[in-house]
Amino acid sequence: MLLFLFRRIGLMLVTALCLTIIVFALTNMPAKLETLAKTQAGSRMTDAEVDRWLERNGYASPMLVRYGEWLGVLPGWVRTEDNGTVTGRCVALRGTAEAAGERCGILQGDWGFSTRFRAGVAEVLTARLGATGLLMLWVLAVMVPMALIVGILAGMREGSRTDRALSTFAIASTATPEYVSGVLLIALLASSTVGLSPLLVSWGWIDGPVLFQGNARSALDDITFSNFTLPVLTIALYGMGYVARITRASMTEVMTQQYIRTARLKGVSFGKIVVRHALRNALIAPFTVIMLQIPWLLNGVVISEVLFSYPGFGWTLYEAAINNDIELLLASSVVAVVVVLVTQLISDVGYVYLNPRIRIS
Amino acid sequence: MEPLSWFEILARIAQQLLPVWVALVLTYALSIRFKRRLGLYGKLFDSTVGMIGFGIVMFWLFVALFANFIVTHDSLSQVSGMRNAVPGSALRDPRDLYPYYLLGGDSLARDVFSRMVMGAREVLRIAPFAAMISFMIGITLGLPAGYFGGKLDTGLTFLANLVLAFPVILLFFLLVAPEIQETPIPRVMAGILFLVPILFVTVLLNARFFTQPAKRNLYVGIVLAVGAWAYVGLVFNADPVGLWSMSPNLLNVFVAVVFVNAPTVFRIVRGITLDIKTRDYVAAAQTRGEGPWYIMLWEILPNARGPLIVDFCLRIGYTTILLGTLGFFGLGVSPESPDWGSTINAGRRLLTVYPHPALVPALSLMSLVLGLNLLADGLREESLRD
Repeated sequence: MLLFLFRRIGLMLVTALCLTIIVFALTNMPAKLETLAKTQAGSRMTDAEVDRWLERNGYASPMLVRYGEWLGVLPGWVRTEDNGTVTGRCVALRGTAEAAGERCGILQGDWGFSTRFRAGVAEVLTARLGATGLLMLWVLAVMVPMALIVGILAGMREGSRTDRALSTFAIASTATPEYVSGVLLIALLASSTVGLSPLLVSWGWIDGPVLFQGNARSALDDITFSNFTLPVLTIALYGMGYVARITRASMTEVMTQQYIRTARLKGVSFGKIVVRHALRNALIAPFTVIMLQIPWLLNGVVISEVLFSYPGFGWTLYEAAINNDIELLLASSVVAVVVVLVTQLISDVGYVYLNPRIRIS
Repeated sequence: MEPLSWFEILARIAQQLLPVWVALVLTYALSIRFKRRLGLYGKLFDSTVGMIGFGIVMFWLFVALFANFIVTHDSLSQVSGMRNAVPGSALRDPRDLYPYYLLGGDSLARDVFSRMVMGAREVLRIAPFAAMISFMIGITLGLPAGYFGGKLDTGLTFLANLVLAFPVILLFFLLVAPEIQETPIPRVMAGILFLVPILFVTVLLNARFFTQPAKRNLYVGIVLAVGAWAYVGLVFNADPVGLWSMSPNLLNVFVAVVFVNAPTVFRIVRGITLDIKTRDYVAAAQTRGEGPWYIMLWEILPNARGPLIVDFCLRIGYTTILLGTLGFFGLGVSPESPDWGSTINAGRRLLTVYPHPALVPALSLMSLVLGLNLLADGLREESLRD
């Protein structure tokens, strides 16, 4: 087991290294650097000025060298200006030339500087990740029980009318990507001119102009039912259908097993069979799928956070990408890749623990 | 003129869609009449879910085909006074134009209905082909990985997992950008990705007909000629006749979507191959002395078709969603493109006041993907029944 874990973690590190090199190469292409220079120092720069700006800010050295600097295995660039002031990668990050060490990459814990937010990447990301963590917590709290209940109810009696209805619902939810469900929900529930809200106002059922708010920025200070429901629902709906379908498939399989028939013949009530005998075995497959679903939710997080302008990790990733904020983008992709790989690891390990028929030797 | 009531709007839309109804009725009448002779496709008409799904998919396919007859206005032209017009508004000064905006106008005073129809064409022009190329790549790499195993399998699986560990959205942000289009990256990737289908068909035919050199030379020759023609047009945009061409924008989007989809197909094909290669008919073919490519392409692949056809339908739906995501973030499409993702993105700014410009493409996209998922479900049910 320990050997398995070590091998998996080794593979994870290699994967993460490969992915960061790719991201680094794609964000550091000459054309993108030129865009960065123009957004940072004025859009009417000549080519020579762009080159000088890049030179002055340490973007002129070869790409692999800069990757090494970012990683912290090579010393950061240092320049001494004509008037004697020392500038450099580490100087900019640590404040003064004295405090700056030789190397300052992620191995030393320096994540770099965000050109978009004009702050350290680490502080930007920790704040945003906290916000997204809260969002994900609620998404999982809504999605997982809903998906399991739908899947179990549908799979309990295969081919029944409940099964048909719930399966269609699950298919419909997988066919509704976040940008569609978000738009539908806003139009239906968060508009003061159309949808349900004007109706409810005219009946006097709600105080405010709208039932839910279509903008979740205020949720950063204070999460309320009215400003957080729509972003959570938007993400949860798309992910739910798939988990529900897997649960249903696994449940129908378990319900045809011999021991279920034995329990039935013993005279155990149907409810007890489902809860006591079937559920435990039926939940093994959904567990792995839920874990693997988390990286997929990342897509939804970006779309939903942009749509509802909730400044979390997804929104930051979007901002970093459209502004070519290299170091923020790199750090975000490291976070995203780690999330993907860790959830894969947890799902593998969890599968082994839940399923006694599988042993890693 | 008075604005139309909802009933009149629906009636007029139904009237505009007349070619679609005719084509649908013909398809269904012919298919149900001859369903016993049509194999899996005919069996689809035994399942209600499959029939509904197929109906929705064919509806959009015919809308895309007959788009030129269906649209009421040009999808790009703006008509004064129709900015954010509600559905059914009459044009102020119709002259020789269609006198109404059936589903209203968007924030640039363009007809929402016509843009929806042209959007169907945009989506259905890319999604099925991207899914097809992804499948060919996935099959060409997945079959040998599963069949031979060993180092090849380890290497390819690592590469596939590498791409799959990338969050899709991050890959899109990085890969579909104007700066990237100026570099050779999309061309090089397209050069590799489009080469695989040609290789696939060549090997497929060669493995089948290599005992009859005359036939083989003819078929492989035709495939290579057509393939080279399409390849030059699609990758280098240098087709002398001009039949095959792709704008750099489109090529970039296409490459990104294929790149995201192919590893998943690879994993599916590899899994099925691992299962099927232990069957008796594979052992029989090996004993007969058939070559590995013949066994992979003519023994294993046909027996894996059930799950692959089902996944193909799902994958077209997923590709549609991905294209919508790209449009939603304004990546790789021109701003006035009528594709559904960008129309949703354009409409969301005024969503709470004028919801119709965003709702119409949103519902269209949802119904198309739903149709494809239902179709896949019906096919799965029917293919499991044998």
